[in-house]
Amino acid sequence: MSLATETGTRPATGFRVTRSQRNVAWTGAGALIVVVVLALFPYIVYSGTTAVLVQAAIVLTLASMWNLLAGYAGLVSVGQQAFVGLGAYSVLILALHGTSPFAALPVAAIGCGVAALPLWWLVSRLRSGYFAIATWVLAATIMLIIERFSSIGGGTGMPLPGLAGYDPALLTADTYWAALSVTVLAMLAVYLLLRSRLGLVLTAMRDDEVAARSSGARVGLARMLVFVVAGAGCGAAGALLAISQLQVQPGAVFSVQWTAEMAFATIIGGLGTIEGPIIGTAVFIVLQQTLASYNAWYLIVLGLVAIAVALFARRGLWGLVDTHLNVRLFPVGYWVRLAAERPRGLLTRPWRR
Amino acid sequence: MAWVNAIIQGVLTGGLYALFACGLSLMFGVMKVVNLAHGDLAVVAGYIAIGVITVTHVPVLWSFLIVVPVMAALGYALQRTVIQGALDRSVLTTLLVTFGLSVVIENALLQFFTANSRAIGTGLPLVSGSFSLGSQIQIAYLLVVIFAVAVVVLLGLQYFLSASRYGRLIRAVADDREAAQLAGADHRHVFGIAAAVAFGTVALAGLAYGMYSQLSPTTGTDTILLFAFAAVVIGGLGSLWGTLLGGVVLGVAQQIGAQINISYEVLAGYLVFLAVLVLRPQGLTSRRAGA
Repeated sequence: MSLATETGTRPATGFRVTRSQRNVAWTGAGALIVVVVLALFPYIVYSGTTAVLVQAAIVLTLASMWNLLAGYAGLVSVGQQAFVGLGAYSVLILALHGTSPFAALPVAAIGCGVAALPLWWLVSRLRSGYFAIATWVLAATIMLIIERFSSIGGGTGMPLPGLAGYDPALLTADTYWAALSVTVLAMLAVYLLLRSRLGLVLTAMRDDEVAARSSGARVGLARMLVFVVAGAGCGAAGALLAISQLQVQPGAVFSVQWTAEMAFATIIGGLGTIEGPIIGTAVFIVLQQTLASYNAWYLIVLGLVAIAVALFARRGLWGLVDTHLNVRLFPVGYWVRLAAERPRGLLTRPWRR
Repeated sequence: MAWVNAIIQGVLTGGLYALFACGLSLMFGVMKVVNLAHGDLAVVAGYIAIGVITVTHVPVLWSFLIVVPVMAALGYALQRTVIQGALDRSVLTTLLVTFGLSVVIENALLQFFTANSRAIGTGLPLVSGSFSLGSQIQIAYLLVVIFAVAVVVLLGLQYFLSASRYGRLIRAVADDREAAQLAGADHRHVFGIAAAVAFGTVALAGLAYGMYSQLSPTTGTDTILLFAFAAVVIGGLGSLWGTLLGGVVLGVAQQIGAQINISYEVLAGYLVFLAVLVLRPQGLTSRRAGA
C-alpha cells in the first residue's frame, strides 16, 4: 500500500512506480467513444440487434460481478441467481405499486445490495466448496419463499405491469439505454473499486490470500464488501431481465443457469482481470447466437470450453493476450519501471499462486 | 397419529438423504474436493440403470451389479484426469471444473433424454409394497430397505476406512500427503480409489432415488446435491454418523413441513438447514467450532 510513496521518495534507486502505461489516455478516450457509439445504436441498428445487446449487457454485468467474487475475493458463489431473482421481483413489486419499472431499477439494485448483508452473515461461515453449495441452497430457499406469495404470481409468475402505455420502439430504445447504463456503471464500479485501497487488498487476496492476511490486509471486510457489491450488480441485472422480458417467472429468474452463464463467461475470458468478462461475454454471445437453434447446446459447449480453459489456460483468453502483448485496458495495477527500460509488470502480474 | 406418521416417514427418508450425502462427504474428507457435479452423476447412474434394464431385460437388482462398478470406474477415471488436474492447480479450480461438469451433464441429459422424468420401474413386490402399523401408518418396504442400505453403506465405509489396507492409505494421504508419499504411497492412485468408492455410493444414491421417486435432468442439483449438502451441514462436516443424523433431521423437517402444507415440504428442510447454520454452524454432532 505504501509502495508508491516509499519508492516515490527514493528516486535515487533508479526506478519509479506508476499506475499507467503510455496508452492509458488512449484507452480512456477509446472507452468513451465506444460508449457514445453504443448509446447511438438505437438510431442506427435494427431492434433485433439491440435486443441481443441487452442480453450481452446483462451477461457482462453478471460476469463482472462474478469476476469480483471468484476472481478476486476467492468466493465461488453458485447462488448469484438469488440476486438476479430478487432484482427482478423488486421491479415487479414496485411496478405493481405504480412505480415505473425504469425508476424501480436503481431501487432494486440498492435493495439487493442491502439484502446481501444478512445473506453474507449466513453463508460467510462456510469456506470454498461448502460456501458454493450454501449460496445455492440460499437461492433455492428464497425462490421457495417468494413462490408462497400469490399476490406476486406465486409459482407461475406474472407479466410486468406499468409499461403497457409505452410506444414499442421507445420501449426497446429505453430498455437498451437502461442496459447500457447499468453495464457502464457496473464496469466503472469494478474499476474504481480495484483502484481504491480496497482494490489493493483484493489484488493481494487474488495472488496469495495467506500473504495478504499476514500483511494485515482486512480480508474478511473486503470479502463482505465484494459480496454486497456483487449482490447489487446482479440485482440490477435481474431488474434489467424483468424489464427486457416483460415477465417475471420464479423458475426462470432463480435458475442456476444465470450463475452458469456468468461463471463460464468469466472463466473463458479470464478470471481476475477486468478485461476477461468483456471477452468472455463476446464469446458467450457469439456462441449463443450461433447455436440458438440447438436448445441447450450452447451451454454444453460453453461448459466444456470453460472446463478446458480452467485446466489449461487459467488466465483465460485475456491472459493469452496479456502474456504476449503485455497490455491492460484498465490500469488498476502498479508498474515498476527501471529508468530507460521497457515497461514490465511486477505487481500486476496475476496468478502468481 | 398423522404427526407420528410424518416423523416415521421422515426418519426413513433420512436414510435416503444420508446415502446421497456420503459420497460428497467422503470426497471432501479425503481430497478436499467439493464435487458440485455429485447429484448429476447420481442421475447419470439412474439413467444408465434404466438403459441397461430396457436393453438387456435383466432384473432390476442385477442392474446394480453393472451400474455400481461402471460408476466406480468412471469415478476413478474422472479423478485421475479432470479432478486431479484441477486439484494440482487450486481448490478454486476444482470448484470451477466440477460446476462446469454439473452444468454440462445436466444440459446433455436434457438434450438427449428430454426433460421428462422417469422412474426405475421395478415390479418387485418388495419394492412397491408396504405394510401397516396401526390404522394410519403405511410404511413402504422400499424406504426401509433404503434406510438399511444407507446404514450398511455407512458401516461399510467406516470399516473400509479404519480397517482395510486401502482405507488406511486413504486416511494417511488425507492426513498428510507428503508424509504418506515419503512412505511410498502414490497419492493419485489413492485419491482415485477414494473417488471410485465415493462414486459407487453416488450410484447407489441415484438408483435408490430412481426407485423411490422419479429422475429428471434437474433432479441432480435441485434435489440430490442440495439435500445431500443440507444433511452434511446439519449433521456436522466430516462425520459419517453425523451425516445419517443430518439426513434424518432433514427428512423429519420435510415431512413435518409437508404435514402442515404439502408445498412447504422442501422449504421446511432448508429452513432447518439455515437455522443450524445460524445457531450451530459446526453441525449437530461436531464438537469443534468453525467449519
